[in-house]
Amino acid sequence: MADKTSAETPLVDVRHLKEYFPVNTGFFSSTPLKAVDDVSFTIKRGETLGLVGESGCGKTTVGRTILHLYEPTEGEIIYDGKPLKTKDDLREYRTKSAMVFQDPYSSLNPRMTVSDIIGEPLDVHHLCNTKEEREERILQLMDRVGLNSEHASRYAHEFSGGQRQRIGIARALAVKPEFIVCDEPVSALDVSIQAQVINMFGELQEEMGLTYLFIAHDLLVVRHISDRIAVMYLGKMVELADATEIYDKPLHPYTKSLISAVPIPDPKIARASKRIALQGDIPSPLNAPSGCPFRTRCPYAKDICAGSAPEFKEVSKGHFVACHRTAEIN
Amino acid sequence: MALLEVKDLHTSFFTDAGEVKAVNGVSFSLDRGKVLGIVGESGSGKSVTVYSIMQILAPAGKIVSGSVKLDGQELVGADEKTMRHVRGNKISIIFQDPMTSLNPTYTIGHQLVEAILLHTDRNKQEAWDRAVEMLRLVNINEPEKRMKQYPYELSGGMRQRVMIAMALACEPDILVADEPTTALDVTIQAQILELMQKLQKEMGMAIIMITHDLGVVAQMCDEIVVMYAGSYCERGTADEIFYEPKHEYTKGLLRSIPTMETMGQKLKPILGTPIDLLNLPEGCPFAPRCENAMKICIHRAPEPMQLSDTHRASCWMNVKAQLDAQKAPESAQAKKDSASKAHDEEGGEA
Repeated sequence: MADKTSAETPLVDVRHLKEYFPVNTGFFSSTPLKAVDDVSFTIKRGETLGLVGESGCGKTTVGRTILHLYEPTEGEIIYDGKPLKTKDDLREYRTKSAMVFQDPYSSLNPRMTVSDIIGEPLDVHHLCNTKEEREERILQLMDRVGLNSEHASRYAHEFSGGQRQRIGIARALAVKPEFIVCDEPVSALDVSIQAQVINMFGELQEEMGLTYLFIAHDLLVVRHISDRIAVMYLGKMVELADATEIYDKPLHPYTKSLISAVPIPDPKIARASKRIALQGDIPSPLNAPSGCPFRTRCPYAKDICAGSAPEFKEVSKGHFVACHRTAEIN
Repeated sequence: MALLEVKDLHTSFFTDAGEVKAVNGVSFSLDRGKVLGIVGESGSGKSVTVYSIMQILAPAGKIVSGSVKLDGQELVGADEKTMRHVRGNKISIIFQDPMTSLNPTYTIGHQLVEAILLHTDRNKQEAWDRAVEMLRLVNINEPEKRMKQYPYELSGGMRQRVMIAMALACEPDILVADEPTTALDVTIQAQILELMQKLQKEMGMAIIMITHDLGVVAQMCDEIVVMYAGSYCERGTADEIFYEPKHEYTKGLLRSIPTMETMGQKLKPILGTPIDLLNLPEGCPFAPRCENAMKICIHRAPEPMQLSDTHRASCWMNVKAQLDAQKAPESAQAKKDSASKAHDEEGGEA
């Protein structure tokens, strides 16, 4: 999956993406909240890119902006070599991309039956010509995600969290997408159910050659499923590398502390491991620190970090990091 | 004598749909200064167990039978006055969601002082000073300023610190933490867990930690109770549970978490979905999802079996292993192989 040559055009190419939301600060004034501030990355065909970060870092906004659920403030999204400009481009793009949402409780319409929910994308994009074809496709999708076909006429509230997430996945698969943005798809599920759903994502990828942007805050899950991992902090990308590389050799101080903070489910290792504790909380994106956004919590911060924002640059093959002091602290 | 002793606790919710047996025979004991973890999926009865101990159940919930002894004093059937004294002074609780467990219409200071005035003899000024001291203890910067702020002005991590400060202000013997870090980010989670460990050492209290995160349990707990469908399937020290699990559910749970070794491989999930508490099966509650279920598992619920001084598990597999061991040892291996084949077939029938 990850060993394809870099010369190949990436499936998704995100360039200098910015997404600002206006926030009212007075009766007539508003300041932009920089949810995503100049983020660039690519995803190769058939690859899974994991996107991690704490709440409020902008990872969900990246996912939604890539799918044009939010109109990007600035920057470009190039899909399969073609920039998305006209409405027709977008319409076509929406039959190739899909999204699985975090909360299986609020992302399914309680007044629609399972077959209506899964059938809606088919209707919107006129993918089925006859009623029978539509029916058959819905049952096929339900079967694929491990739902009983008898459940087609039931409502979402009759299902458990894991089953609801399966409904959400079936809906995403309805348009036969190539690219799926998975926004924390397993974080609302119990451990035993989580493993079932993670396995299903893997199987679907193998069968259908899917490409994933997998957004999550659970680093163990992300490491399991991803080929490459990107780390975000306060609207900016701070590090991007191969999944194993980023775990074995994290370069950015934030990535280091993030990885060390994950509780390891093994008592002996957990007792022996040293955590790099961060001071304080994540600052509000409304008044982000000058220069490097992480400098207020960074144990290595120097004057240079306040002065200018570090560039997101490649330090070794495929390993990108945004830190002024990468060379000194590693 | 153990600080807290829970014996065969049964709690049910009486709803229109019928009796929901949320807690179904839970027993454990907790010594002074120890950290006990209660692990299980949602709906397994972890929270209801501790709500029963503190008797803060919703109106439909009732303790049906069993005993809860705190320092030798029986709490089941105790009157509200006794319970009021126990809550806060002896047992305090931190809830999962720091966003909703503070009152948004009062300042942090007001809420802290209220708790302290209610449970101690301090006057208002002393209570205020104590509250500031507690905020400082949980590493909140500028505590005097925070006292006058409202919950919405604080971040999630800070609110959870305030909750911890409130819970510890009256120096309880037991701190119950109901998923204290589930709503928080990993780096904040690490801060809070570290803080709890530090305070536990300094103040010498016992902690009951409810969580579904096995990583948190591994890091924090001395002893672990694993719950499924309202009853405990296994309990033991952290090492026993993680390295020598003796219940099929515990084993399944440990197998299904992604680790270093599972990278690029498939996870081994527990099949099926959690059971319906309204219709508990007559046998072992885990049998319908168990890969190694035998005939007896479906018909009779297993009794907890003592495996070591600290380790107990309720699984027929252990009974079987014991019986096998008693038989001729030289043919034990061969038998085990053929027996496990037979089980698979039986499991298929079920």
